[in-house]
Amino acid sequence: MVKFSAKDLNIWFGQIHALKGVNIEIQANEILSVIGPSNSGKTSFLRMLNRLNDLCPGFKMGGGLEYDNADIRKLDVEVLRKKVGMVFALPLPLPLSIFENIAYGVKMHGEKNRQKISAIVERALRQAYIWEEVKDRLDVSAFKLSGGQQQRLCIARTLAVEPDVILFDEPCSGLDPISTAKIEEAMLKLKKDYTLVLVTNNVKQAARVGDRTAFFLSGELVELDKTEKIFTAPSDQRTDDYIRGKFG
Amino acid sequence: MRNTQRSQKIAFFLLFLSTLLIVLPVGLIVVIIVQKGLPAINWQFLSDIPRQGMRAGGIFPAIVGTFYLVFGAIFFALPIGLLAAVYLSEYAKDNLLNRIIKLAIINLSGVPSVVYGLFGLALFVVFLKFGASILSGSLTLGIMILPIIITTSREALESVPQSFREVSLSLGTSKWQTIRHIVLPNAIPGILTGTILGLGRAAGETAPILFTVAAFYLPRLPKSVFDQAMALPYHLYVISTQVPNVDEKVRYGTALVLLFLVLVMNLVAIIIRYNFRKKKKW
Repeated sequence: MVKFSAKDLNIWFGQIHALKGVNIEIQANEILSVIGPSNSGKTSFLRMLNRLNDLCPGFKMGGGLEYDNADIRKLDVEVLRKKVGMVFALPLPLPLSIFENIAYGVKMHGEKNRQKISAIVERALRQAYIWEEVKDRLDVSAFKLSGGQQQRLCIARTLAVEPDVILFDEPCSGLDPISTAKIEEAMLKLKKDYTLVLVTNNVKQAARVGDRTAFFLSGELVELDKTEKIFTAPSDQRTDDYIRGKFG
Repeated sequence: MRNTQRSQKIAFFLLFLSTLLIVLPVGLIVVIIVQKGLPAINWQFLSDIPRQGMRAGGIFPAIVGTFYLVFGAIFFALPIGLLAAVYLSEYAKDNLLNRIIKLAIINLSGVPSVVYGLFGLALFVVFLKFGASILSGSLTLGIMILPIIITTSREALESVPQSFREVSLSLGTSKWQTIRHIVLPNAIPGILTGTILGLGRAAGETAPILFTVAAFYLPRLPKSVFDQAMALPYHLYVISTQVPNVDEKVRYGTALVLLFLVLVMNLVAIIIRYNFRKKKKW
C-alpha cells in the first residue's frame, strides 16, 4: 500500500529552489532511509510530509503530494500532523515533566480521562523502550534525562498521539553509539505497525535500518532502490561516489 | 604582553567606575530620602487624612488613590497589551504595515508623559465625559504603559525557542493551543518584567494624572471609579511647591512612602516571576 506519493514535487523558499521535480512513493510499513549531503533537500522533503515547511516564510510548492491518496494541501493540517508524527534532529523535550511531555499531545486532542491518559503514556513509553528507565520519576522535568533518553522520550511523545507515519530527522546526530543502537532497535520494531521515514547523515545507519534508500543531491532525487542494491550496486555514479565517501 | 595586561586593567577600571557611577546616585537617593523621611513615618502619617492645609495629619487618601490608579492602569493595560503582543509576535506577517505598527509602539514609549495627560483630558475627561475621575486617570496611565507592556511581552514571546512551537505543532495541535499551552507559559517571566516596569512608571508619574484624576486636596476616600482621588506623586508635588511652610520631613516622608509602595509592588511581581523561572529549564 502506498502511504505517500509525490509527483513532480517542487518547492521553493523565496528564491531558493529546494526540491526539483521529485517523484517518489513511500510504502506502508517500510523504513525509507533518505541520505544525501547537507543542502541536498532531504530535510525539506521530510518536512513536506507533515507540512512543517508551511511555517517557513517564502515557502511555495508545486506539483503533487498525496497522503493516503488525498492531496495534502486539501487535508486539515492538524489532522495530517497528528497522523504523521516527527522526531527532530536534537532531542527537544517540552519544558514539562516526563509524564506531561507524553500526555501533552493526547490532552490537546481532547482526552480528559486521567486513567486513559496514564495508560497511553505508559504504552508509549514502553513502545519507545524507555519505560523501565523512567517509570519511577515520571514527574521529574524531562530535561533531567540524558540526551539518548530524551530522544526516546520524543519518540514516545510522537507515538502517544497514535500516528500512522513517523518522520525521523537525523534522530541520532547528537547521540553516542549506544543510544543510537537503542533508537535503531526501536525503529526496527516500530516498522511492524508504522511507516517510517529516516533522514540521516550517517550512511551506515541508512544501510543498517532502511528497507529502501533514497539518495538526494542538490534538491533532486538521484536514486531510489532497495537498500542492498544502493549499497552494493548503485546505478548512478553520484550515488556510488557519495556512499564511498568521495564527497559530502 | 605587559601592554595587553595594562590595557586590560585600565578597561576593567573604567568599566567598574562606570558601574559605580550608576549605583552611587541611586544609593544616595535612597539614603537621603530614608534619612530625612523616616522621622515622619508613624501610624497617624500612614492612616490619617491630611490636616491643617496638608501641613499635618497623614497621607492615607493619597496612598489609597495611588493603589487604585496603579491597579486600574494594569487592569486595562495588561490584557490589551498582552493580546496585542501575542498578535504581533505570533500572527502578524512580516510586512511593511506591521513593521510600521511595531515601530510606532516603540516610539510611543518615548512620548512625554504630559502629552498622555493632555490626551487623557481630551478623550476620557471631556469627550467620553468620564470627568476627572479614577477611571479617566487609570485609562490614561494604562495607555501610557501599554507600549512598555507590549514591547517587553513581545520580546518575551519571541524568545521562546521556535523549536518548541514546531514540536507542539508536529503533534497536530492547533496554533492557538501551541500559543496557549507552550508559548505563553514560557513567556510569563518576561511578561511580568514588563508589568513591573509599567507598574513603577504608573505609580510615579505626575503629569498624566494632573488633568485626569488628581485632587489637590480631598480629605476622604474615593467612593467609586467616577470620583477624583489624591495620589502620592501629585501630593508630593503639591506640598513641595504649592503649599508654603510644609515641614521637610513630611515631604520626604511622602517620597519614602511612594518609594516603598513601588518597591513592595515590584517585589510581589519579582517573587511571582522567580517562581515561574524556577520551572523554566532549558
